[in-house]
Amino acid sequence: MTRILAAATMAAALVSLSVSSTFAATIFVSNEKDNTVTVLDSETLKVVKVIPTGARPRGMVLTPDFKELLVCVGDDNRLDVVDTEKLEVVRTLESGPDPELLDVDPKGERIYIANEDEGYVTVIERVSGKVLAEIPVGVEPEGMAVSPDNKFTVATSEQTSMAHFIDNETFKVTANVLVDTRPRVAEFTRDGKLVWVSAEIGGTVAVIDPVTRKIVKKFGFEIPGVRRELIQPMGIRFTKDGKTAFVALSTANRVAVVDVETYTPKHYILVGQRPWHMALSPDGAKLYVANGLTNDMTVVDVASLKPEKSVPVGRLPWGVLVKP
Amino acid sequence: MTAWRLMNLGKRITLGSAAAAAVLLGWLATVQTARAIPEAPTEAAPGALVTKIMFVGKRYAEPPPLSLLDKVLTDEGLQGARLAIKENNMTGRLVEQHFELVEVMAGETEDIVPKVRAELANGHKLIVADLEPSDLLAVADLAEAKNAVIFNARSSSDDLRQQECRVNVFHITPNWAMRADALAQYLIWKKWRRWLLVYGTTPGDKEYVAAIKRAAQKFGAKIVEERPYEFDAGSRRTDSGHQQIQTQMPLLTQGAPEYDVIFVSDVGEAFGDYLMFRTYEPRPVVGSQGLQAVAWHRSFEQYAGTQLQNRFEKQAKRVMTERDYTAWLGVRVVGEAVTRTAKNTPEDVNAYILSKDFEVAGFKGLGLTFRSWDHQMRQPILLSGPRALVSISPQEGFLHQKHVADTLGFDEPETKCRISKK
Repeated sequence: MTRILAAATMAAALVSLSVSSTFAATIFVSNEKDNTVTVLDSETLKVVKVIPTGARPRGMVLTPDFKELLVCVGDDNRLDVVDTEKLEVVRTLESGPDPELLDVDPKGERIYIANEDEGYVTVIERVSGKVLAEIPVGVEPEGMAVSPDNKFTVATSEQTSMAHFIDNETFKVTANVLVDTRPRVAEFTRDGKLVWVSAEIGGTVAVIDPVTRKIVKKFGFEIPGVRRELIQPMGIRFTKDGKTAFVALSTANRVAVVDVETYTPKHYILVGQRPWHMALSPDGAKLYVANGLTNDMTVVDVASLKPEKSVPVGRLPWGVLVKP
Repeated sequence: MTAWRLMNLGKRITLGSAAAAAVLLGWLATVQTARAIPEAPTEAAPGALVTKIMFVGKRYAEPPPLSLLDKVLTDEGLQGARLAIKENNMTGRLVEQHFELVEVMAGETEDIVPKVRAELANGHKLIVADLEPSDLLAVADLAEAKNAVIFNARSSSDDLRQQECRVNVFHITPNWAMRADALAQYLIWKKWRRWLLVYGTTPGDKEYVAAIKRAAQKFGAKIVEERPYEFDAGSRRTDSGHQQIQTQMPLLTQGAPEYDVIFVSDVGEAFGDYLMFRTYEPRPVVGSQGLQAVAWHRSFEQYAGTQLQNRFEKQAKRVMTERDYTAWLGVRVVGEAVTRTAKNTPEDVNAYILSKDFEVAGFKGLGLTFRSWDHQMRQPILLSGPRALVSISPQEGFLHQKHVADTLGFDEPETKCRISKK
C-alpha cells in the first residue's frame, strides 16, 4: 500500500516536473553495444525514448540549429540522421567506411567525418549528402573539430599520434603536429584561439596554437593512488565562461577539472567506470558524463564539482550531447 | 588510377612471394569496387628520410596445427610486418619519411645467416626476426650485426631473456615465464590453486614446463603431479579417429591427486587440444591449449583492437596470428622511434627505444616499453579461450612497486641477463 502511495506521489511529482520543465533540455547518449541512442529529459533525468540506430553508434554531433543529430554508425559505414523533434532516424548519409567521430561547420553546411579504419577524413554536404572530399590523414583518425571561424578543421589520428590541420577551402592538410601517443579528441577553447588535444596512452593534453601550429603547452595528471598508465585523457569540455576545462580520464574513472589559464589540474571528480565523452547543460550548470563500463551517465554539478546522480543508459555508452 | 596502381603492384610483386601477389591481387579487387581510397604511398617522396627494415624469416619444418580449423600458413609474421610498413608510411608521408621492408627468407634446408649478412653489408641494420633461437643468436652474434637492432618476433624462449640475452636483441614476443605468470595470476584469482601438469616431449614443451613450475612457486600454486605424454597422438588427421583419443586422454589424466585445472604444455601441438572434454575428472584445461596466454588473438577487440584486426584481414585475407602481431609491432616500434626523432640509424633507434620518452601503442590499453635489464617488451597478456577472450593479466591485486606489468616474467632483481653491464 505504502509502495503504491509512494509510486503515486512520484508519478504526480513527475507530472508536475514535466509541466514545469517545458524548457528542459534533451540529452542524447550513444550506446556503442546496444545500437541505440538513449534520450533523456534533463530535468527529470528520465529516459524519454530509446532510438534504434545502425550498428556501433559512437560519435555524434548536433547541427547548429539543433534540428538534427548526426550519429556515426561505424559498422554500417554511414551516418544516421535523427530528427530531434520526432526522435527517430529520418534519413541516412554516406560517410565513408567506419565513421567514428565527426563535426559540423558553424553554418551547418558541411560535415567532417573521421574514417577510422581507412585513415582519411570524408567531407560531405549536410543537406544533399554529396561527398566533397576524402582527405588522407594518419592511421585511425578520430578526433574532429571545425574551427569556430570555419577556416580549418583539426583531425587527430590515434595510431599516428598527430593532430592534422585541414584547410576548409582547399581540403588540403596544411600542418601535422606530433602529440603524445593515441590522440583521441580535439576541442577548441571558448575563445577559439587554442585547440586542446587529449592523448589517451600518452596521458597528456597538448594545447596547440592554430596560427603557429605549435604546441604551446603540454600537461599531464597526477592522482594519488592511481597508477599513471591508468590515467587516459579522452573527452574535453570547457565551462561556459571558458575558465575551466573538464577532461575525462577513462580508466582512472575520474574527470579532471583544469584551470585553463594555468593549465593546472585542480580537482578530480569520481564518476562511473571509463568516462569518455561529456556534455554541458545549456545553462552550463551541469556536466553529463558517459561511462562506458558502468553503462550509466554521471550528472556533475559544475558549481560544486560534486557528482550528483548516476543514471542508467544503454550498454557501452560512448558519446553524449545536449540540445537546449 | 588503375594503371597507376597496377604499376606499383608490379614493383611490389617482384619484392615478395607468390603469396604476396595473390594477396595484392585480392586487395586490388576490393579497391576497384570501392571509391578512390587514399592508400599509403608505396614510393618515397623526393627528399624523404628512407628507413629500410629487414624482415628475416625461415620456413622451418613445423607440425601442422592440431585443429583443422587452423589453416597451415606460409606467411605468418610477414603479413604483419607488411601491414605495419603501410601504417608507418601513412604517418611517414606527413613528415617526409618513408619506410620499406626488405624481405629475407630462407627455405627449410637453407642457412639464413649468409643471406642476412649480405643485407647487413647493405647497411640494413633494423631487423625484425621471425627466427628460432639458434638462428636468432647466429644472426645477432655476427660482427656486422654488432650495432644492429634486432626484434625477436617469434621465440618465447626464456633463455633468450636470461643467460642468452644479447645487447642488440629486443623481444616483442612474450616469453614462457610471462605467459605462465599471466595464467597463474588468473588461476590464483579464481582460487584454482591445484594444477595437474601434463606435458609433451619437444624442447619447447620442456621450456614451458619450467616456466609453469616457476609460476606455481612465485604465486603460491601447487603442482599436484607431473605427467608426460609420450605417445605420438600426432594427428591433425587421425583416421583411427576420435575413439582412440577418447580412451587415451582419460588414461592420461586418471588417478591423479585432487586438482582444479590441467596445466598443459604442448607447444609442439601433439595432443593438447584433445584434453578438453576428455579428461578423467571434469576439469578445465589451461596452458598451451584451452585457456592460453597470448600477445594477440582473434577474439580480442578492446582498445581499438578491432581496427587492427580489420586492417589485417583486409590485407591478408586471413586472421591475424600472434606472430603477425609481434612482427607488426616490431616494425611499428621502428616507425614510432623514427617518426618521433627524425633519425633512423640503429644507434638512434636503440637509444630512443631505451629512453624514458619511448612508448608504443599496441592496442593493449597502455603504452608498451622495453625492460632495461633484458630488453623484453613489457606488456599486458591476453588470456583467451578458443573462441572468446577470458581476461587480461596482470590481474587486479598483483602489485609492483614500479610497473604492474613487471609482475609478469623476469623482474629486474631476478634477471640473469647482464646486458646493462656489458
